[in-house]
Formats: sequence, C-alpha cells, structure tokens
Amino acid sequence: MSVVTVQLGQCGNQIGQEVFNAICSDIHGTHGLCSKKENESYGDACKERFFREEESEVPIARAVLVDMEPKVISQMLSVAAKSGCWKYDDQSHFCQKQGSGNNWANGYSVHGPRHKEAIMNLIQKEAEKCDRLGGFFTIMSMAGGTGSGLGAFVSQCLRDAFPSSFILNHVIWPYGTGEVIVQNYNSVLTLSHLYQSSDALLVHENDVIHKICAQRMNIKQISFRDVNQVIAHQLGSVFQPTYTTEGGLHYSRNPLGDLMDTLVPHPEFKMLGLRNIPQMPENSLAYSTFSWPGLIKHLRQMLIANAKMEEGIQQQVQPLSLGPSIPSGRSRNKPLHFNTSIANLVVLRGKDMHSADLGGFQDPSLYTSWLNPQDAFNAWKTPRAFNKYEKSASLVSNSQFLLKPLDSVVGKAWNMFASKAYIHQYTKFGIEEEDFLDSFTALEQVISSYTIL
Amino acid sequence: MTQSVVVQVGQCGNQVGCRFWDLALREHAAVNKKGIYDEALSSFFRNVDTRGGDDSPDIYKGKIRSLKARALLIDMEEGVVNEILQGPLRDVFDSKQLITDVSGSGNNWAVGHKLYGYQYRENIVEKLRKTAEHCDCLQCFFIIHSMGGGTGSGLGTFVLNLLEDEFPEVYRFVTSVFPSGEDDVITSPYNSVLAMKELNEHADCVLPIENESLFDIVNKIHQMINSVKLGSTVKHTSVLTSNTGSAKPVQEKPFDAMNNIVANLLLNLTSSARFEGSLNMDLNEISMNLVPFPRLHYLVSSLTPLYTLADVNVPSRRLDQMFSDAFSRDHQLIQADPKHSLYLACALLVRGNVQLSDLRRNIERLKPSLHFVSWNQEGWKTGLCSVPPVGHSHSLLALANNTCVKPTFIELKDRFLKLYKKKAHIHHYLHIDGMEQSCFSEAISSLSDLIEEYNELDATKGGPRTDPSRLKIAV
Repeated sequence: MSVVTVQLGQCGNQIGQEVFNAICSDIHGTHGLCSKKENESYGDACKERFFREEESEVPIARAVLVDMEPKVISQMLSVAAKSGCWKYDDQSHFCQKQGSGNNWANGYSVHGPRHKEAIMNLIQKEAEKCDRLGGFFTIMSMAGGTGSGLGAFVSQCLRDAFPSSFILNHVIWPYGTGEVIVQNYNSVLTLSHLYQSSDALLVHENDVIHKICAQRMNIKQISFRDVNQVIAHQLGSVFQPTYTTEGGLHYSRNPLGDLMDTLVPHPEFKMLGLRNIPQMPENSLAYSTFSWPGLIKHLRQMLIANAKMEEGIQQQVQPLSLGPSIPSGRSRNKPLHFNTSIANLVVLRGKDMHSADLGGFQDPSLYTSWLNPQDAFNAWKTPRAFNKYEKSASLVSNSQFLLKPLDSVVGKAWNMFASKAYIHQYTKFGIEEEDFLDSFTALEQVISSYTIL
Repeated sequence: MTQSVVVQVGQCGNQVGCRFWDLALREHAAVNKKGIYDEALSSFFRNVDTRGGDDSPDIYKGKIRSLKARALLIDMEEGVVNEILQGPLRDVFDSKQLITDVSGSGNNWAVGHKLYGYQYRENIVEKLRKTAEHCDCLQCFFIIHSMGGGTGSGLGTFVLNLLEDEFPEVYRFVTSVFPSGEDDVITSPYNSVLAMKELNEHADCVLPIENESLFDIVNKIHQMINSVKLGSTVKHTSVLTSNTGSAKPVQEKPFDAMNNIVANLLLNLTSSARFEGSLNMDLNEISMNLVPFPRLHYLVSSLTPLYTLADVNVPSRRLDQMFSDAFSRDHQLIQADPKHSLYLACALLVRGNVQLSDLRRNIERLKPSLHFVSWNQEGWKTGLCSVPPVGHSHSLLALANNTCVKPTFIELKDRFLKLYKKKAHIHHYLHIDGMEQSCFSEAISSLSDLIEEYNELDATKGGPRTDPSRLKIAV
C-alpha cells in the first residue's frame, strides 16, 4: 500500500523534500548491513510505499506540493530533480501568487474554499495512481498561515473525500520564542481543527530538534536545513519498511493503519511524540558501537522522564509499582515528572534486533490502566540498518510528552486573546471571537484529558 | 510572485523615490547576472520593448528589454519631476506615469488635499488603474511623501484615501518623513497633524522617518569612514548612504545621502518578498504580525550595518554587534529609543549569510534587556532572506511597534497647539473649498486619541503580571 504525502506551506514543502531525500539516500546510498535479499525486499517495499516508477525515469515521489506563493515550491522541484535519485511529478503542485500572510483565517476561510477543487483534484489524481491507498501523510507547520490554516482546511477535505482512509498529520511546533508573533493563535486554531479530522498528530518541536543539532550533532551554525534533515531522519526511522509481526515473512504494507491501530485506541488522545536514538555527527559514526540493551535502556528512560534527547536524562524518575502515578503537568512543585503513556511503539533497525529485550517497555506501571500492557506496547523491527546507523531505535509515543508544550501554547494564546490583540486581523477574514473560544475549549479538554492520565 | 507600486508625492517623495529606483536597479543588476527578466524583477519593474511605442505590451519572460518602474510620480510643481526625467533615470519612467502642475501647494495641506485632490482625482484614479492592470497580482502600494509640506502631505494623503476606496484589498505602506523641530516651514505642524489623521485612518503600516536621524547617521558614517584603521578599507558600495555602483552614474545631490537610507529601508523591507530564503517574510506578514490593533500601525525602523569593511571574514562577534546596533538609539530612523520603551511587537529581517542559530542566539541575548507588553512576551517575527544587499555579506532590518513613537507625536501635538491657540495662519487653510475649522479639531483629536492609546499601554509597563485565568473544564 502506498502513502500519499501532502506538503503544505513553506515548512511542509521544505521538510517533505528532505524526507524523500533521506529515504532515497537510505535505499541507494547504503546496503543496510544485511543480506542482499533482505536489502532488495526492503528497497521494493520502500519504493511501493513512497514512489511510483515511470519508464526510464527516476522514481517519482507520491506527493502533492501546496503553497500560496511560488518561491518555495519551485525551489523544491528543482532541487529534487537535480538529485538524480528521485523527483517530484511536475504537475503535482498547486501554487498561488500571494501567500497567506501568517494569517490562519486567510489560509482556512479564504484560500481553502477558493482553491479546494484544484487541490483536491491533484490529491485525487495522486491517490488514483496508487494500487492500494494506504492513507495520507500531511506535513505542515502550525505557526504560519498556509501550512496551518490551509492545512487544516485540506485535512478536513481529505476526511470528507476519503472517509475510510488514514490521515496522519505531521505538525511542526514552532520555537517558543517566536518565528511568528501570532503563532500561538495559529497553533490553537490548527490543533483544534485537526483534532476533528485527523487520525493522529505526529509532532516535532523546533526547540527540541535545534538542541539535538547543537548538542548531539555538534553543528555550529544551525540552519533550517539542518533542522529539517534531523526531522527527516527521525521520520524515516519510523516509516521505512519494517516487520510488524514477530516472525513475519513480509515487510508490512500498511504503516499508517498499523500505527493508528497500535497507538490511538481512543479519539480523545491523538498527540504522538517521536524520539530517535542514536543521533550523532556522521563522522563519529565510524567510531561508535551500540548495543541493543544500551539503546533500549536509554529509550525507556527517555520515555519515563520525558527527555527530548540522549543527554541529561533524569535517571531518578522511576515508575511507581504501586498506587497511582505521580500527577504531572500542572503540578509545578514536583520536580520528578513521570510520563504516563497510553500506548507506545518502538522501532528497531539493525542486525540482531531479535535479541533485543523490550520487556522494560511492557511494564504495566508505565501505562494507564485501560489497556493490557501487551496491547499498549508494540514493536516493529527489521535487520536492515537505517541510513548509516548500524543500529537505531525509535519511539513513537502516545503519552504526556506533549502536555507541557500544549499547555504553554494555549496559555500564551489565551493571554494574548484576553487583550484582544490581533483579533481584527482574523475577523477580517471570517474567524470570529467565538471560533477562538471554541478552539480554546476544545484544547483545554485535550489538556485536561492528558493531565489526569 | 506579487507586484508593488510606488506612489511618490511631492518634492521629498520624488527625491526619495528617485534614489529608491536607482538603488533597486543596482540591487537587481548585482543579483541578476544573466539579464533575464525574472519574478524578482517583476515585483517592481515591467519589461517592455519600447520600439513598439508607449503602449507596447509587457514582456513577461526572456531577456530584459527595457525596464519600466511600477511607479506614479505626482508633484504640483514641475521642477523635481522634470529633473528626474532629464536625468539618467529618464528611461525607467513612463511618460504617462506622471501628474504635475505648475504652481505647487504653497506648503498648505488644504491646497494639496482639497484643491488639487478634487481637481486631479479622476486623472490619478485612471493612472493608478493603468499601473494596476499591468500587475498580475498587485499586493502593495508604497506611498513616499513628507508630512510637513503641502503636496506630499495633502495630496499624498488624498491619494492614500483614494487607494483605500479604489483598491481596498491592496496593502498601503506609507513612508512618511516627519518635520524636525527647526523646520523652516512655519505651517509644518498643521500640515503634519492634518496628514496624521489620514494616516491613522487609512494606512495599513506607516514607517515614520525623521530628517534629524538620517542626518545623524550620515555624519556617523562620515566620521567612521575617515577614522577607519590602516589596513582595512570601507567597501563603498556597501555604505548605506552612497550612490556608488548604481546602475546609472548619478551626481550626488545634497539630500542624496539621507534619501539613500530611506531607499535602502524599502529595498530591505521587500527583499524577502522578492528573493528566496529559508524563512520568507512577505509584506502581508509584516502587517499581520506587527499591527495588533488597527490604529497602532507606526513602525520604528533601523538598518544595520551602515557599511562593511572590505575584510571578508566576519567573526560572529561582529555579527552579534550588528544585532545590538539594530536596537541602539542612534541606528533608529526616528529620534526614539525603543530599548527604554515598551515593545508591542518586533520584526527582524536578516539578509545574506546569517544562520538560524545566529538569529536565535541574538534574540535570546537581547530579549532580557527589552520590555515587551504583557500579552506578547515573545513577540518576535523573524525572516531569513538568502540574498544580501549590494556590498554586504549580511544585513539586518529591525521593525518595532514600540511606544517610543509617542514623544514624536506629543511634540508634534505641542507645536500644533502653539500655533493653533493663536489661530496663526489658519485663514490660508480655511479659504480653501471644503476646509473647515472642524478639520483641525478632528485632526488634533485623532492625534490625541492615538497618544492616549500609547499612554495606556505604557502604563502597563513594569507592572505586576497577572495572567488571565484559563477556561476550566468540568472533569
């Protein structure tokens, strides 16, 4: 089954291009440290999932590029074509001349309806070119106007047009200290709307990735390209082919469906966080060795202590074996924050992954009591190494990972809303104060639900 | 890609405008090596084959034939515009893009606004429509004028009104040169306050400029250039005030240095809309992020660096200095000190070889020393454009919506009241058709209200921060 990627706005398009780059360089640039047969199997599964082949051409990404101004898309098209390894379909993009001006209302209420038909036509065409459609993967930022506003509108349209398909929204959380002044308004509006139409929201926070670039990758002058490449690597580590069942003979064909099955048992809980280790500068890879027990132990502790990367993980945070878990989120006095999970998914790539002991992730004290720990935890594996990392482990978690950032964004937006600042910019395009209130209410509900886990 | 149209009104407006077009050509020539008419050029220029005469159709692709500025030149006396048309830039302007008269406005806002406005309305509308028709997607009108005289101030604000009526969807960015205290035009306070009312009500964004600040910057540059250490030389094309390297060699005129600063301001403001970058900042984003309430749309601007040394290596300490300078009092284009007043919002547009991490590091570094309003503590809008200005490897434009504009407005109000109390010179205004005493009282009232809005915000500065309580959800 194939996944159709919809890249929305500047951020969505820039990241999307890096994702396809990462996937391509994984299957062409490395041989995965496994058998030839395994490698070929992997490559075929990957190609079916993300690309289509046309005679005598490089593989074409199954993607639709959408932006309200032309500069970024034309750049992405040309950079991809130059790679010689893959390209975008020249027809599969939609552009206008004037951007959304960082205005969610402009993206959602003006550009959305105006261009709905053209955009949905492109997506429909791309979907029809899949033998079997495995769902949609949309990439967008929350801070701006197009990715956020138009993105929310397009997600809704996708839900209406493809009621039984899986929709995974990849959402970029902006830096806490501004990229856009109205980013908190745009974020609140985006999240509340996506929650209604999406199956799950997979979040990457710019602040977190920036730290990874600085501290793990040792990059001195960090650019958006560096940030986007780390994000692309992390996404690739989850969505490249894996065996989802123990002893499975074929690479699984339904990544989005499997993801939803394992991680989203309840529609109130859709926020997914992603962690991937190890992360290090490429030239250090040759000198490093990893062990599964080491990686798994780190990953588990990162989950429990809500650490964003491999350094500074608080080792003291431990689950209690009896009684309710320590309340988190609002309790600012408690230094030991224990992260309760609803469900977790670990992806292991590299040889001997059969020997990896994941029992620690099945500890009932990590989870809420609704599901059996066996159901709350799943693992996907492949012996084929990913992208030059001899072993890598990723965690996709439906837990309280995103509670604090969510609470913070809602708090700041509410603070601004109380003074009515910038509201006239939104009402100009048809988003009224009541719409804001509805969004705030919806998100306070989500915050409350995650808090009392 | 969108287009913008520049409307230059009055002597000051046209002189500044002239510098703008010259430097714009210089900038595009530096970037566009192949002479192909591209989207970046199309934002300010049309491409025409003049052999077909004045009405030849625009050429949208291919080689550059003849570039025509998307501009409208308006002046009620002929001297300045004629000089432009006889000068090296004559080919850049279409003979049909001009509106001139002979006698001028006599430094009288009423003459400019009511008399000439009424007289030339249809002509202006027709010419604006023509320029708009040549645009695929018109995004913004830039008005350049001064506040203290008669034409720029009166007719300029009349055009502003007109633009709102005829092109309500297009943004209106106004660059207004405010008179200084020692202005030799006695009635400049009247003209400025009458014009301010129009700016309050009809502009999307106003970039106020004060001659004193431009003058100080020019002097500062002269001093620095003369005292530069042995072994390093200043790159002349980089100097913010210079004409060097411009497309057509021009003889430097007295106000050129100061006007070049304003021209560079407009180029930097539009750079991210014209050129690519990793985080684009379009004009509609500037308006969206920097205007929290409709009337508070006055943006204090600063440009750094003022010049570059020819030594190529820029250690990051010097880069950080660029950011610090942008917030210093002597780099602002009006007499104001944003650091000691209250920020409502701030935008940083970086051009050239500056990375995201440099930008973020400097924001973190400078944030603690700046005061932001309580509901916008992290109110930063950032943009990264890959193409630097001519002669620089990087540059920074800072736009601040800050209560430091208040003193400028208060002074203006005081000067106005000094004259108005005695009703000095009022008769020159009142005998113009359509002009009444109420125009004056409404104008000063509008200014007072604006000052009051800034006062209310200032009152919140430094006070205790009580965040409003959040919505409670029944569990």
